[in-house]
Amino acid sequence: MEAKDNAKKKLKLKVSAIKEGTVIDHIPAKNLFKVINILGLDKIENQITFGTNLDSHKLGAKAIIKVSDVFFEDMEINKIALIAPHAKLNIIKDYEVVEKKIVETPDKITGIVKCFNPKCITNNEKITTCFKVIGKTPIALKCKYCEKITTEEQIRMI
Amino acid sequence: MAMKKDLLSITDFSKEEYLRILELAAEFEENPNQELLKGKVVASLFFEPSTRTRLSFETAISRLGGRIIGFADPDSSSSTKGETLHDTIKMVSNYADLIVMRHPLEGAARYAAEVSDVPVINAGDGANQHPTQTLLDMYSILKTQGTLDNINIFMVGDLKYGRTVHSLLQAMSEFENPIFNFIAPPNLKMPPGYLHHLQEKGIRYFEHEEFTDIISAADIIYMTRVQKERFADPIEYEKVKDVYILNNEMLKNTKPNMRILHPLPRVNEISTDVDANEKAYYFEQARNGIFAREAIISHVMNLK
Repeated sequence: MEAKDNAKKKLKLKVSAIKEGTVIDHIPAKNLFKVINILGLDKIENQITFGTNLDSHKLGAKAIIKVSDVFFEDMEINKIALIAPHAKLNIIKDYEVVEKKIVETPDKITGIVKCFNPKCITNNEKITTCFKVIGKTPIALKCKYCEKITTEEQIRMI
Repeated sequence: MAMKKDLLSITDFSKEEYLRILELAAEFEENPNQELLKGKVVASLFFEPSTRTRLSFETAISRLGGRIIGFADPDSSSSTKGETLHDTIKMVSNYADLIVMRHPLEGAARYAAEVSDVPVINAGDGANQHPTQTLLDMYSILKTQGTLDNINIFMVGDLKYGRTVHSLLQAMSEFENPIFNFIAPPNLKMPPGYLHHLQEKGIRYFEHEEFTDIISAADIIYMTRVQKERFADPIEYEKVKDVYILNNEMLKNTKPNMRILHPLPRVNEISTDVDANEKAYYFEQARNGIFAREAIISHVMNLK
């Protein structure tokens, strides 16, 4: 039992702890860089550590991101719901988890996803895409412009 | 300034708005020449040729006393020089009081409405929407049946890609107790999304592959063309191409109030021997388009 706890602790420590900020856990490993992109973490100057291809019962291989001194708005963090639907957030203050959050698929998706319809105006002119989320499991997105439905398998990020 | 009104998709309007437009259409049929657009300029932008729809709109605008600027095909527009739709619409909305546009890309009208300061009427955006056609179809049903409630509509032909049948289904399902009968080859059946919409609203519908005397129950037969290019296998097309043709003989046992609609152009899906039958309504239907479009223009521009 003790050995198992120790092993667990060691796994946790594969990515070092932060004093203040946000830990995003349970990201599918293959989507780590997409999450970084969507949240714009490649453009900020805060300290960020991440680990990927970590063992996970649920996901097989998971990734984790720890961002110092950043606290996300729900609207911002919910953008990753399409590619990391099981992500969990831990809000850290003075090395302690003070709040836990899960991501929720928003009702509207703006500017992250491409419309699957090649004849849609958004694929032919520089326009920010916009979808109404008409299904959450599995995800189905209705394009505001061409009114066609992009299904979960058809989702491509911009 | 009040929010501008556009007509981009048939679902943008409520049942009350449908009824208001149909009421206006009847007024315009009584008295088609009304100078409500006097002193106004309407841009008619056809990024894809469509003679029938363009002439219908331009007639409606002329009967309202408006002046028309625009182009009838993309070769004479600035889009051939590589101008974006955004810039064309931005410019035209500075010139005109209303934009009527047809575009080959889906969603183009909604995007134009976002860019434009003046109302936009969608005259067809690719395979997506053609809402003025739907309103003229509804006006034709109302005129011939006296009501939009309890109508048994048979839709025949290409129900998969035909945008007119999809929009008509959506609009008519707002009225009391419609019944839909769909007659189509297996590869051109009504898409599941629309069937689901009917199920959710508790509306009865029946699917058929054969075009037989089941049409004796119809109040409206809405014919569409089965197009060769929709078939991957030419043999499949050969098998069905003559199955979905309506001829005069088939009308023998149909109801006296039944009328045949077709968005036109027709190729061979309605035999010419039907034309003389009083149940053939497709040419009057096209004429109704003028009044429906006068009504739509008046509605979006708050002229009445």
